[in-house]
Amino acid sequence: MSLQTSPQPADVTTAPPPFLDVRDLRVHFPTEDGLVRSVDGVSFTLEKGQTLGIVGESGSGKSVTSLALLGLHKGTRAQVSGEIWLDGRELVGLPEQEMRALRGSTVSMIFQDPLSALHPFFTVGAQIAEAYRVHHRVSKKEARDRAVEMLRRVGIPQPELRVKDYPHQFSGGMRQRAMIAMSLVCDPALLIADEPTTALDVTVQAQILDLIRDLQEEFGSAVVIITHDLGVVADVADDILVMYGGRRVEYGTARDVLKQPEHPYTWGLLQSMPQIEGDVSRRLNPIPGSPPSLINLPGGCAFHPRCTYKGWVPEGRCTVERPELLAVSGTAGHIAACHLTAESKTQIRGDGAARAAK
Amino acid sequence: MLRYLVRRLLAAAVILLVITVITFFIFFALPSNPALLACGKTCSPSRLAEIRHSLGLDQGIATQFWEFFKGLFVGRDYGDQSVRIHCGAPCLGVSFQTDTPVLTTLLDDFPADLSLGLGAAVAFVVLGVGLGTVAAVRRGKAADKAAVGLALVGVSVQIYFVGLLLLYLLVDKLQILPASGYTPITEDPAGWFQGLILPWATLVIVYLAMYTRLTRSSMLEVFSEDYMRTARAKGLPAGTVVLKHGLRAAITPIITIFGMDVGALIGGSAVITESVFGINGIGKLAVDSVQNSDLPVILGTTLFAATFVVLANVVVDLVYGLVDPRVRLA
Repeated sequence: MSLQTSPQPADVTTAPPPFLDVRDLRVHFPTEDGLVRSVDGVSFTLEKGQTLGIVGESGSGKSVTSLALLGLHKGTRAQVSGEIWLDGRELVGLPEQEMRALRGSTVSMIFQDPLSALHPFFTVGAQIAEAYRVHHRVSKKEARDRAVEMLRRVGIPQPELRVKDYPHQFSGGMRQRAMIAMSLVCDPALLIADEPTTALDVTVQAQILDLIRDLQEEFGSAVVIITHDLGVVADVADDILVMYGGRRVEYGTARDVLKQPEHPYTWGLLQSMPQIEGDVSRRLNPIPGSPPSLINLPGGCAFHPRCTYKGWVPEGRCTVERPELLAVSGTAGHIAACHLTAESKTQIRGDGAARAAK
Repeated sequence: MLRYLVRRLLAAAVILLVITVITFFIFFALPSNPALLACGKTCSPSRLAEIRHSLGLDQGIATQFWEFFKGLFVGRDYGDQSVRIHCGAPCLGVSFQTDTPVLTTLLDDFPADLSLGLGAAVAFVVLGVGLGTVAAVRRGKAADKAAVGLALVGVSVQIYFVGLLLLYLLVDKLQILPASGYTPITEDPAGWFQGLILPWATLVIVYLAMYTRLTRSSMLEVFSEDYMRTARAKGLPAGTVVLKHGLRAAITPIITIFGMDVGALIGGSAVITESVFGINGIGKLAVDSVQNSDLPVILGTTLFAATFVVLANVVVDLVYGLVDPRVRLA
């Protein structure tokens, strides 16, 4: 494997294979308007006990990637190619029956909006117990006890009473806790959290992130957190993958990506976040324009129509030549796809810092 | 829950009262003279006045309504000393034509409508929901197109056409079935069943269409819900996802329509089916009474049908509460 397609350090051949190894994943949807390339050649790896944050705007392919990990594109019109290796098993070609056995037990998912993701007509307890009973031969009573136990673990007071409640009787934060309880009921080895805090208010967000982190330590799961909020990944992720238009634009350890972001899109995401120490009167700096069409991605670098710095690259290369993912010198596995030279980036970052200080 | 039920029943009573009043006054607004009809062709003015008096038509409208309304609760006596007809509570009046209490006639005819309506309703809801579910699961495939096509045919044809066609083919030509009609189940269960096969089939063909389409669209809507994705993400088998999680949520709009259809059907709205297959039901009674300007029977059948529709709605509301916990009210 070349460096362009894999962020692995060079000695990957001697190390045991990673727990989760996604290679060149592509998810395409044929539509009447053309082929929608929601995910187009995404690769990443993840070890047990580690957390990967996948970051990007709406339509960048984050959620479609996560559904592919669960094999939820099977039986739909989506065309999935590439490889997903989980603990030595390849999931893309796995028959639906075998994939079903993994869903919820080995791989499970926390969805974005717990109110719509929980069934309104069944009690919270019944839904958690059901998730347990699919994969374990236990009586209804045992499954129910397990549901109570899980609700207690995610910090719901009086779980033996609340287990009989319906989702609409829970508050937003409690619903997300219940959702987490449901996804963890079978001790999954891989937990995917798709924007787990987006529908919650800020104070509850921190609690939920803490909860996911605590439970990860307890269960030793690998966690993929999908979000558009770099603040969330800064909090919990070990590695960060930045996606744009269904492709990777930057990938590396959280430290590298946050301390020395290499891609103008990552800069944009960072600048569009409010900062707690920042000047109150400082306006947020959104990325201009909107996410690209996934049917007709802009030529060259997909980000070029929105990029402030394409003028720094000579001869308009950004509009014609797609930048390759290249290793950032002096780092282990930090890669980014941008034509800007290291010197230009240093200069731009310096300017940005100077502006921010003003 | 009890308070909710009581409130609903009170509302139902008000609706029925309004329907009674409206029907009663509409009848008086119509240019018809029941006394003249009852009197026959050779009618002397004195005989006409006599009949008007015995029918109570010589009193004011308000008085007549009050007499009728009172009769609903305490019963009523008709006629004079020579001919006395007692009509026990709840008295819906006595037919101008036959001199029998309306309620007696209604109750005589009711088993036919109950058998016809209930039997057909069970069949078309089961088949319709089943077909609609299959169509939704196999969206865009051959099974879906077949179900939708079938539904289109069913919704386009008319009862008198399907009914007569079935009669011609199965009874006349092939002679698979005996002539249809209504035999009380208490007399001859087999005959009851055989006689109702064709009327049921006719109603099923006509109603099936709507239930198939309704189920299909409701299911497709539910399939796009997040909780369906959650159900699959749990690793549930496809059948459980569709039937337990999907159908449970998709069934609510179907319950509403079904409740009203059942109420209307057993209340006598299957007039055409009744007349095509020669079943003497409430629908036929209602049509006859309108032709004869038989006010008590018109009132009686209208009220009777309305009662069933209104009660069916109360039942629907209660079932709603059972299906959807968010509807359960304090």
